[in-house]
Amino acid sequence: MSASNAAHSVVEPSTGSRRFAGLLVILYAIITMVPLAWIVLTSFKSPDDAISYPPKVLFKPSLEGYCNVFTTRSRQTQEFIQTLGAPRGLCDNIARSRNMVVAGPSNYVPRFINSLIIAFGSTALAVALGTLSAYGFSRFRVPLKDDLLFFILSTRMMPPIAVAIPIYLMYRTVGLSDTRLGMILLYTSVNVSLAVWLLKGFIDEIPREYEEAAMIDGYTRFQAFVKVVLPQATTGIAATAIFCLIFAWNEYAFAVLLTSGNAQTAPPFIPIIIGEGGQDWPAVAAGTTFFLVPIVVFTVLLRKHLLRGITFGAVRK
Amino acid sequence: MAQIRVEALDKAFGTFHAVKAASFTVEDGQFLCLLGPSGCGKTTTLRMIAGLELPTAGTIRLGGEDVTMNRASARDIAFVFQLFALYPHMNVRRNIGFPLKCEGIGAAERDRRVVEAARILRISHLLDRSVSGLAGGDRQRVALGRAIVRKPKCFLMDEPLGALDTEMREAMIHELRALHDRLGATTVYVTHDQLEAMAMADMIAVMNNGVVEQVASPRDIYDRPASLFVADFIGSPPMNFLPFHGSLQTGAQAVWLGEREVAIPVAREALAESDLVLGVRPEHVRFTDRGMVRGEVYGSEYLGTTQIVTVTTRYGALKARSPSSIYFRTGESVGLDFRPDTLSIFDKASGRAIRTALYEGGAHG
Repeated sequence: MSASNAAHSVVEPSTGSRRFAGLLVILYAIITMVPLAWIVLTSFKSPDDAISYPPKVLFKPSLEGYCNVFTTRSRQTQEFIQTLGAPRGLCDNIARSRNMVVAGPSNYVPRFINSLIIAFGSTALAVALGTLSAYGFSRFRVPLKDDLLFFILSTRMMPPIAVAIPIYLMYRTVGLSDTRLGMILLYTSVNVSLAVWLLKGFIDEIPREYEEAAMIDGYTRFQAFVKVVLPQATTGIAATAIFCLIFAWNEYAFAVLLTSGNAQTAPPFIPIIIGEGGQDWPAVAAGTTFFLVPIVVFTVLLRKHLLRGITFGAVRK
Repeated sequence: MAQIRVEALDKAFGTFHAVKAASFTVEDGQFLCLLGPSGCGKTTTLRMIAGLELPTAGTIRLGGEDVTMNRASARDIAFVFQLFALYPHMNVRRNIGFPLKCEGIGAAERDRRVVEAARILRISHLLDRSVSGLAGGDRQRVALGRAIVRKPKCFLMDEPLGALDTEMREAMIHELRALHDRLGATTVYVTHDQLEAMAMADMIAVMNNGVVEQVASPRDIYDRPASLFVADFIGSPPMNFLPFHGSLQTGAQAVWLGEREVAIPVAREALAESDLVLGVRPEHVRFTDRGMVRGEVYGSEYLGTTQIVTVTTRYGALKARSPSSIYFRTGESVGLDFRPDTLSIFDKASGRAIRTALYEGGAHG
């Protein structure tokens, strides 16, 4: 049967509008991908190509940016460099072509590890606390439940940075400034309100009968929670975890204010590169590209849940 | 299996009194239906027996043991939910075996019992299917499988057929009752459907506004209602009520219904002058020209072998069941007569039935 003869459906979009929608999505995807592509391309450019005008799309790829972000280098005279032996490795080779020698590893790796520990630690904590309290709010008669839930939500009504100074002073007094623990606690406390609200929505949707059935079958409430509620809340937990992780991973303002030598995360570290040896855009881009990897991997791993999680509850089953 | 004894059970949610002094006993092997309109407290009562709610007052005994405050998991009962509550992340086999896993029964023995339960319920071919793809009736069987696999002290069912379509429900009514008899189970079954209750139950407890109005066999509930509510709730169409004012002596065989005397079952109690109600089932109304109540035919509903004729009288609209072969003209003047030995008399203020040769009294409130 030809398309024109096919019965016209009232609810299904027509082929034309479907194509138009597809085109819009592709356009939007391209627009959002451009900055990302720019960053990744820049990370492989040489410093000269990076600042050339008009910008180069085709260029000779170089790993200089990556070398620069992972190492520290010192400028030496030609004579001194001649006295050294053969270059040790690729990065030393690149450095020597610019009259420099690799002095040692940069702080990028420790900063990156800090970011991983703090972001994943606070996400795990926020989701764990959020799940438990969301379950409590969803299932038990908590005195002043609505007020408590509003209090929890109200912590998100002002920008977190508004309390930066008090927190700075408080952290200095109790010895939490510039510690990983301090940053984990801080990001947890910001994220836990979001986690409670998101997860309460998900857990509300899980019928109580499941737990009741399990409890009658001989399980305790906690066992029922673990064996019956948690597996069904995976979608919500995954979606919540991604939101929490993205916040903690990207957070910049508190990280600048509260961390320096010890617990500094990658976001405040990357811009510092600019100051160190001129405007080394390829190094900044390389640091940023690497910085994107964990969140991309995490999101890709949980993408099925994320999609279901975001549209969850939008349509009643 | 065990006897269930509920004594003066009370449950209040804040200011809302959901169950008021409910008492009844389910004998070992008996099938009891808790019947009533929605919001009457029947589900709350069942949930208290299960341990999913704790009573405000009263006691619950399972096989003689006081379990009032025990946790649900410590009561050794099985519960079948209206929406089945099958775990969506497990297949049929794991769903049925889930209660056994908790008891720490080994995999081999567990599987043997799951297979046996599946055989009894004729769902052996579904064991490795996911529960989400099952039809309503099969889901219900899986839920039953989870209940019977553990050999509990009793089965508690909360409108388990409510989510099924009519045809399936019909079949499951007989299947459930057969299963109950086969296992020699003690069952408490909550429903708002009187036909379901009548078809399955040994005993019916009718509840209204948190109060158990009457506990009796289906036949007694229908023929000898203990209160106006029971008489009105049971039967379709419900009992006709003729309000009148009068007094009653012990041994009286008739009441004065305004202008005419109506024979009743011999009264077993005396009552001072008060507002009373005479109750008569539609099938006990006869059409006769010398009838004690006269009225006009308002209309009739054809039901196949019988018809329900509505007659407007000075006591209001009365419904009579008559063979469908008789033809009634709308507006026709007819005389009505009642079968004396089947009449019920109620006290209008309290709603309770007056004791007569028909209704000897019994469990009330």
